[in-house]
Amino acid sequence: MHNPAHAGTARSPLVRAEDVTVRFESRDATVQAVNSVSFTLDPGEVLCILGESGSGKSVTLRALMRLLPPRRSFLTGRIEIGGRDVLAMSERALADLRGTEVGMIFQEPMVAFDPVYSVGRQITETIVRHEGVGRPEATRRALDLLERVRIPSPARRLRAYPHELSGGMRQRAMIALALSCRPSLLLADEPTTALDATVQIQILLLLRELQRELGMAVIFVTHDVGVAVEIADRIAVMYGGRFVETGPVGQIMRDPRHPYTRGLLTSTVHGSLRGTLLEAIPGSPPDMTRLPPGCAFAPRCRYAEPRCEAPPPAVDLSPRHMVRCVRAA
Amino acid sequence: MSGGADTRAGGTRSEGAQGAGPQGGGARSGSAAPPLLEVRDLRKHFPVRGGILNRTVAWVKAVDDVDLHVRPGEVLGIVGESGCGKSTTARLLMHLIRADAGRVTFDGALVQADDAAGLREVRRQMQMVFQDSYSSLNPRLPIEETIMFGPKVHGVSAGAARERARELFTLVGLDPAQFIRRYPHELSGGQRQRVNIARALALEPRLLILDEAVSALDKSVEAQVLNLLLALRRELGLTYVFISHDLNVVQYMSDRVLVMYLGKVVEIGPTADIYERMQHPYTEALLSAMPSMDPDRRTERPPLTGDPPNPINPPPGCRFHTRCRFADDVCRRAEPRLAPVQGAGGGTGGDGRGGRDGGNDRNGGNGRNDTGGSHLVACHMRAVGSGHGLAPG
Ligand SMILES: Nc1ncnc2c1ncn2[C@@H]1O[C@H](COP(=O)(O)OP(=O)(O)O)[C@@H](O)[C@H]1O
Ligand SMILES: Nc1ncnc2c1ncn2[C@@H]1O[C@H](COP(=O)(O)OP(=O)(O)O)[C@@H](O)[C@H]1O
Ligand code: SF4
Ligand SMILES: [Mg+2]
Ligand SMILES: [Mg+2]
Repeated sequence: MHNPAHAGTARSPLVRAEDVTVRFESRDATVQAVNSVSFTLDPGEVLCILGESGSGKSVTLRALMRLLPPRRSFLTGRIEIGGRDVLAMSERALADLRGTEVGMIFQEPMVAFDPVYSVGRQITETIVRHEGVGRPEATRRALDLLERVRIPSPARRLRAYPHELSGGMRQRAMIALALSCRPSLLLADEPTTALDATVQIQILLLLRELQRELGMAVIFVTHDVGVAVEIADRIAVMYGGRFVETGPVGQIMRDPRHPYTRGLLTSTVHGSLRGTLLEAIPGSPPDMTRLPPGCAFAPRCRYAEPRCEAPPPAVDLSPRHMVRCVRAA
Repeated sequence: MSGGADTRAGGTRSEGAQGAGPQGGGARSGSAAPPLLEVRDLRKHFPVRGGILNRTVAWVKAVDDVDLHVRPGEVLGIVGESGCGKSTTARLLMHLIRADAGRVTFDGALVQADDAAGLREVRRQMQMVFQDSYSSLNPRLPIEETIMFGPKVHGVSAGAARERARELFTLVGLDPAQFIRRYPHELSGGQRQRVNIARALALEPRLLILDEAVSALDKSVEAQVLNLLLALRRELGLTYVFISHDLNVVQYMSDRVLVMYLGKVVEIGPTADIYERMQHPYTEALLSAMPSMDPDRRTERPPLTGDPPNPINPPPGCRFHTRCRFADDVCRRAEPRLAPVQGAGGGTGGDGRGGRDGGNDRNGGNGRNDTGGSHLVACHMRAVGSGHGLAPG
């Protein structure tokens, strides 16, 4: 496969996921949260996982770091990060990976912070623990990080407790914490969803800038097409626990091929649709405890036919554009 | 605040023809229709308590001297970021909370907070749908019972109320045979929101206040509910106040749009004026903060830096001056009032409100009423009579 962006270097992917499958079992139901998800991510690439609520985005992201409830969840498949087999790692190696190679940010920054310690202390501790530098050096770097994420009066903010910061500032502080060990991969789970529009765009542009400067790869989960367009190199559209279409952002926006992707784009309201009836998708998203064996979108798809009752094949329209639909074959 | 605020009440109110609504708006009334709902100087300040004595130490000026009106058959959109006072405005309009000041007129009659019978009637004619689709449904009752509750309280027999519930289910696109006996938790989010709309319609209201009514829904389902709302408006001749933080959805739904910032109306006007010829620097920033839908034209620079200020003790003068790139001395000193846009020809004739700003009556009557309402802005740099001029662009 020839990838012009990396011509000549033939770099190996940073992340390789193969047939990743996650089930949650309880007495009365099995949730098929993630179903045979496969993808690769190059160093420095930004992949957006786009899908509606409950489609399996967060669980996919957490599976990469094995952050799933231990007894009730079942994770199978193969996950490699930086050439290492994540599912074979010891808890200790995993904790190390989480702190150094991989940073994580969430919708709710309070998840990342301990409320009883100051922001500065938490960032400094992380740097000391993972990089083995002395405290003065770590403090200097923490200050530098707060400046990079554009927190005003950073020296004062280092001493602040998480709850003392406004929503946008807390989100910035969480980004600083995630970047404190210069990760090569950032996992971001709807980090701007709870923010107001004028703050959301600031955080998105900040992430884009940091990603470029640090040459970091990012997997960014969102339900918002507009957010994906602002940040992604490549989009993976998720439905019913599957990647139903993946491709470069331009291709997905201009030439979506999966009927669900098309429906998602036509039902995303924007001004130019004023005066027209919206092309909504009928019905509602699938019950993840009762997924049909074939295409999960079939019950809502206007093109559904008998062939759709079997699992649809992954069709490669081009080396970078995959669609999981019988009509694409 | 200007003491002469009301001097022109009852003055010229030559409403322009209603702007063509999103779906044509067949149910529109005549061009000179008086507002169905009108509000002047609406105010709600919440006390902030603190200290050991738990005394009031500050005030949140959640809604601060808001004026608005809604004409029969139109959709008035209200946008603004969280905490700017949208929900408080909605609750004040519904009389769910008591205003500190202000006058609400519904269908030409003043609504009096101490007139219980009058309030009941207004609450019947105005209904509200909230974001959280669970909040107005009783979890222990089949949804049919919830729908029947309102009509029964208003003296409708159980049989007739049941009949009415079936009609309403059909109206909102839920098959009665399949749904009426279900409980709220047995429905998807979109179905629950349809039930909430049915509940709101049970007493045949004239006006619906939709407060983030589609915000919790997935996009594919949101589109269904928006289609439903526009169809209902056409069929039943309804009037909406449509509140959302989503500028795309408000643009799609509304005939006119009101933009709020920290408890104040900063700009109001016909949808096209707000989205294509916005005047207030905040409206401009809000609109350019919308993510691009074109990967080749991504946003390059954020329009604003920093977070919105704390609504407790908002900045003096123009509340936006701390984030505004045009702000000068007058902005820090004086609070700008809503006034017609400079040079836009919007005139004051649109709804007779222009006169609030004392000195601009001259500007009235230069036509353009066909836009369906005047375009007003609260900005020293952009409004008529400010004495400043700001080159557009
Ligand atoms: N810890 C859990 N136990 C059981 N089910 C879960 C758990 N976490 C997530 N799920 C289910 O897995 C599915 C996918 O969830 P998630 O990945 O969180 O969706 P989203 O795309 O909204 O991020 C949903 O049906 C959700 O209810
Ligand atoms: N009951 C209340 N007590 C105190 N403060 C309130 C109350 N309700 C709302 N507020 C405050 O009033 C402001 C406006 O809130 P709200 O009307 O809910 O805004 P929006 O709906 O635009 O997000 C916010 O600062 C909010 O915290
Ligand atoms: S009044 Fe001044 S500070 Fe306020 S928006 Fe206009 S220019 Fe900006
Ligand atoms: Mg999620
Ligand atoms: Mg609200």
